[in-house]
Amino acid sequence: MTALLEIRDLKAEVAGRQILNGLSLTVNKGEIHAIMGPNGAGKSTLSYVLAGKPGYEITGGEVLLNGEDLFAMAADERAAKGLFLAFQYPLEIPGVATLTFLRAALNAQRRKRGEEELSSPDLMKRVRELSKKLGIDPDMLRRPLNVGFSGGEKKRNETLQMALLEPLLCVLDETDSGLDIDALKVVANGVNQLRAPERGMIVITHYQRLLDYIVPDVVHVLAAGRIVETGGKDLALQLEATGYAQYQGEAA
Amino acid sequence: MNAPVAALKTEAEQGLATAFAAAAPGLPGGAAVAAARAAAFDAFAQAGLPHRRLEAWKYTDLRRLMRDAKPLAPPPEAAAKAEAATAGAVIAGLGFRRLVVVDGVFAPDLSDLADLEPGLAIASLADQLAADAPLLPAAFADVLPAAEPAVTLNGALVRGGVVLTVAPGAVVARPLHLAFITTGTAPVAVYSRSLLTLGAGAKLSLIETHEGPEGVDYQVSAVLGLDVGDGASLDHVKITREGSAALHVASLIASVGAAATLTTCGFTLGGAVVRNQAFVRLKGAGTNATLSGVSLLAGRQHADATLMLTHAAPGSTSREVFKAVVDGAARAAFQGKIAVEQAAQQTDARMMARALLLSEEAEAYSKPELEIFADDVQCGHGATTGTLDDQLKFYLMARGIPAKEAEALLIQAFVGEVIDGIAQEGLREALTAATVAWLEARDA
Repeated sequence: MTALLEIRDLKAEVAGRQILNGLSLTVNKGEIHAIMGPNGAGKSTLSYVLAGKPGYEITGGEVLLNGEDLFAMAADERAAKGLFLAFQYPLEIPGVATLTFLRAALNAQRRKRGEEELSSPDLMKRVRELSKKLGIDPDMLRRPLNVGFSGGEKKRNETLQMALLEPLLCVLDETDSGLDIDALKVVANGVNQLRAPERGMIVITHYQRLLDYIVPDVVHVLAAGRIVETGGKDLALQLEATGYAQYQGEAA
Repeated sequence: MNAPVAALKTEAEQGLATAFAAAAPGLPGGAAVAAARAAAFDAFAQAGLPHRRLEAWKYTDLRRLMRDAKPLAPPPEAAAKAEAATAGAVIAGLGFRRLVVVDGVFAPDLSDLADLEPGLAIASLADQLAADAPLLPAAFADVLPAAEPAVTLNGALVRGGVVLTVAPGAVVARPLHLAFITTGTAPVAVYSRSLLTLGAGAKLSLIETHEGPEGVDYQVSAVLGLDVGDGASLDHVKITREGSAALHVASLIASVGAAATLTTCGFTLGGAVVRNQAFVRLKGAGTNATLSGVSLLAGRQHADATLMLTHAAPGSTSREVFKAVVDGAARAAFQGKIAVEQAAQQTDARMMARALLLSEEAEAYSKPELEIFADDVQCGHGATTGTLDDQLKFYLMARGIPAKEAEALLIQAFVGEVIDGIAQEGLREALTAATVAWLEARDA
């Protein structure tokens, strides 16, 4: 069976500095992988490299999404093939209403996959249903995307986008940052509802706390740009007790 | 009459002198108007075409940009009128009352003059000049700088236009659409002037559209005088989509009374060289003025928005937002001056100019100025010039939106702030559609 995501010996630089240093990771359908690690280990770089953010140079290795070369695709094509990055800091776009953005995103993906566009009433219906589940005020949909949203609202909005777009591989970059415990539970609940046999997830986090709510199948430790340890969900608890200091040495 | 002085050196300046000499006897006006025209041309001839060493024309050097003077367009005949039947199509179907000005002449036969609302009067400037009405009503005398070159030259050569009067207290529910069109395939020069007197407490929406043949290097000089009475409310939008080779110089002159509301928005899409200048004087206390503009420029287009806003009385508020989207090797210029006279205490004035550059060769210039003689005021200005935000574009692309579509969304959002400020929904939709069409042409 083809893995959902296959990262082989990935090396990447940003501004001439090597951040990913031979990272390998395989995610199969239905699995949730947590990636933990100290600040500066390369967690966000990994998420941006996967999503296709400009400014990151791939200097080695390869990444296959469902067997296809990820780096041969532009960011929008990756999204249409089922990759979704939930941003650590979702951007504010004044002048673009949230609903307009959701419609543009969903229909662009559908067009690219040769599917029919969703009509406005159908889209509204789906967005309303999902918003309700995620405790999102429908008024928010008319407001410009993320403008003036609280940290919690932004993360809920990311989760709403994920639920609407139904990606195959979700990459959650520090989804817990900036959330209080109640908001964290809502967002985690939204993510858990997306658990499905055909879907895989990579949950990137600095803290173990998020993994109490989104329980992973596999936990990896990322340090100095590569995976230095892999284990079950107990590894996260262990890290909570010992910290990352033991891996910092390996980084040097 | 004095002979034109030696200042007229360029081919265009000499051509204007020839055109004036040839056309003057046939232009509308009694003896007083003829004398005023001659005086105006003399005044123009003293200085010649405005050039870059004049601060107000720093970015739009007409001596360089206007290579020659086209012959004055003749009064429109049947063919011109037939061509003008579709004038203003960009906002057709919105139910506005359309008044058509063909080659600078008001055409009542093409205009919708049925069932005029009580208090609304519509006349032809040519008729009024024939009866020796002044070229510029007294209300505007202290609004314009002395010997302002574009308005002065327009006064010498103006052939016609529309004169609108709204009686005090009258609320004109149906927006008026002044549809200006230049016709034919031969390059001509068109000088029009339209005037509005909005009585105290009256209310009106006025929309101008300007258009002409593609690829013909015609020249348009348009003056619009707005006399807004105390407590009156005027909502004005000007859509400039001249043909691709046209030169368009428009001057808006506004005299605004107390406790009035003036909203004016310029939307520029077409024309090789477009100069939109506005002279606005807030003469009464407690008035609200909002001036805004959008330019969408590509190819080698040049568009200049220059405004001179004077607060002459206390407690008025003014807001200015000007945006330019510049592609290709096009050039956008913004000059905004807010003057606050000593009497204008408690003035609240804010001005913002933003330019979005879509190509390496695109250029934008911005020159905001404040001149404040009162001590208790709040004034501010800002200007930004930049490219599309790569971070925002990436965010949109990461959700599956292709690069071009992501750019289009961000550009629409950029101009949306101005479009959203327009009162009529139909007009907002028409301008949004025009923006989308411009973006699609850009991608093609």
